[in-house]
Amino acid sequence: MRERTASRVVRKNRVSLQAPVAPPDIQSQPLTLDAISHSYGEALAVNEVTLEVRAGELIALLGPSGCGKSTLLRIVAGFINQTSGRVVIADRVVDTLPPNRREVGIVFQSYALFPHMTVAENIAYGLEARGESKATCRERVKEMLATVRMEGFADRKPRQLSGGQQQRVALARALAVRPRILLLDEPFAALDKNLRLDMQIEIKRLQRQFGLTAILVTHDQDEAMSIADRIAVMSKGRIEQLGSPVEIYDQPETLFVNDFIGSSNRFSGTVESAGEGAYAVRLASGALWQVASRKRFAPGDRVIATIRPEQLVLTDQATAGTIPVTLKLSLPIGGELIHDVETRSGEAFKVAAGRRPGEPVSPMAATHCALAPHARPILFPQTAA
Amino acid sequence: MSGAATGETAGVEWRLAAPLGLTYLAFFAAPLLILLVMSFSVDDNLGGFSLAAWSKFWGDPFYRGVVWDTLRLGLVTVAMTTLFAYPIALLFIASGPGLQRLLLFIVLLPLLTSVVIRTFAWIAILSREGVLNQALLALGLTTAPLNLLQTELGLVMALMQIEMPLMLLPLITVMQQVDPSLSDASRALGGSKWRTFRKVILPLSLPGWIAGATLVFASATTAFISQTVIGGARLVYLPTLIWQQAMVVYNWPFAAVASVTLLVAVLAGVSLFALLGRFARTA
Ligand SMILES: Nc1ncnc2c1ncn2[C@@H]1O[C@H](COP(=O)(O)OP(=O)(O)OP(=O)(O)O)[C@@H](O)[C@H]1O
Ligand SMILES: [Mg+2]
Repeated sequence: MRERTASRVVRKNRVSLQAPVAPPDIQSQPLTLDAISHSYGEALAVNEVTLEVRAGELIALLGPSGCGKSTLLRIVAGFINQTSGRVVIADRVVDTLPPNRREVGIVFQSYALFPHMTVAENIAYGLEARGESKATCRERVKEMLATVRMEGFADRKPRQLSGGQQQRVALARALAVRPRILLLDEPFAALDKNLRLDMQIEIKRLQRQFGLTAILVTHDQDEAMSIADRIAVMSKGRIEQLGSPVEIYDQPETLFVNDFIGSSNRFSGTVESAGEGAYAVRLASGALWQVASRKRFAPGDRVIATIRPEQLVLTDQATAGTIPVTLKLSLPIGGELIHDVETRSGEAFKVAAGRRPGEPVSPMAATHCALAPHARPILFPQTAA
Repeated sequence: MSGAATGETAGVEWRLAAPLGLTYLAFFAAPLLILLVMSFSVDDNLGGFSLAAWSKFWGDPFYRGVVWDTLRLGLVTVAMTTLFAYPIALLFIASGPGLQRLLLFIVLLPLLTSVVIRTFAWIAILSREGVLNQALLALGLTTAPLNLLQTELGLVMALMQIEMPLMLLPLITVMQQVDPSLSDASRALGGSKWRTFRKVILPLSLPGWIAGATLVFASATTAFISQTVIGGARLVYLPTLIWQQAMVVYNWPFAAVASVTLLVAVLAGVSLFALLGRFARTA
């Protein structure tokens, strides 16, 4: 969790360095999932999912293992028929189309390269299936190899390639047929950390270049945050929240989303007074926080207030909003300092702060924890745990 | 084992292999050698040297015909089992665990009864008053009962059922190891079901098919019981010929020639399948 926070900063910068514009001749197509449900026998794997992916947009499906992400992707690709609901690509309902007529490209976690074919044959596969001429195939293969920077590997077999190279070929193969929609099912899971970063940038670049409408399945929140235009957080077959990475991070709508994205501290408390979307909340430790929230609470309601570690600061001054704490441990993680602190009643939580070079790791007399000036705690009803 | 192995470990391995090696030498290589010598002998005392048996065997169109019939029986049985095994294997791969268990049981069922019983069951099915003819007559598909016993068609039908597990088991095993997302990838790239089978599943299942074809071929060409019981007196294959020459006529050198021929024929067929496999993989 701590490492992720640090690496995310790096990642975002690197992606934003590259912002190629889609060539004007490419027509992006929107994809709509309309109330899709799917059950395997008795078990409901996808539950009434409605999702509009705009033309040229990359949406990340983020969620814990078994929440139905792959099932949803397989429904879009046409590998399984949903129990109910509709898949609409560019205003056309595609539910009755078999996978080979949907023009949906897919990249699998295992890459699924044909092991008995060379790289070039793999890339040409879809073109040949579409009855393209030999000359067209050869030309397109060359073009795709250049696009994924794999010139010179045309005659290798997949097993003679590294994981990252295999992934590039899988991408080239999927893109060679110019699909309308690109689906990526945990494409980075098998790659090590550095390579993963490179491939994320690569996929983002290609997705923009080809003007692709894309869905990326992942259970890595950093990946979703860095690469996606919007994130759909899934849990138990439902979409819990759909929004931009910043919205999801700053304004999680449910405790599940709050806990799943980034790290977060929880405090239980009681609403003392309410007025105009602002609440005074008395925490168990005695601190009184002023919290803005669009949700409705009444005085006396038990609530859970959550706050990101970087929105807390350590101080030696006690005020109405501070929590008395003892500092347990401080860890320098890259440019950040993560403090592990404990309240009087033994609740542990984390405080993160930027680290100045040369600054001692353990800060002076830190006896209290206060909200940073920009802090925005979030309130959830106690029952929604 | 490889070049990295020291001389000492190589020695240990050699001694470990000795018992099995000696057993092979005594009970496999030696009899084979005797057989070979016998085929060049004048009589069954291994005495003298003569090419008489060989020239009699290969000089007679009847015996050459028997060799060819035996090879053809093997090839046709392989072809027919292949034709039926692939759909079953594909169904097996596509079905859920419950159906898979049922299919596997049906596939293995023939192995649970003796070949003799299975062969006699086929007589009940194939004879003029048998189940198959009665069904065909009842359906009006034929006006007179077909002659299936003592025909190659009937024999191939019986052998196909008897040898089917030998083809299906390796085929299913290999096909199960093929990543299912490969077919998905093919489909998503625009490949039809048929193209997916032809270009992806078939080539990747070849190792299993080669193993199955080898077993079926070797087993069908040497299936003495089925060949004699269903083929009867009208169809003569090498195993029957060997038995007649060795046990009825007592012409052992001639039986030895037929045996060596059968051995070479089976080996030739088996290496043909191995060659096919290598050719297909590089293509
Ligand atoms: N073929 C299947 N038959 C029965 N149940 C299945 C099948 N495939 C998936 N499921 C179940 O459906 C649910 C959703 O599975 P799915 O593969 O979509 O999850 P996921 O979100 O992709 O998980 P992961 O992150 O682990 O890949 C799981 O509970 C799983 O056990
Ligand atoms: Mg999955």
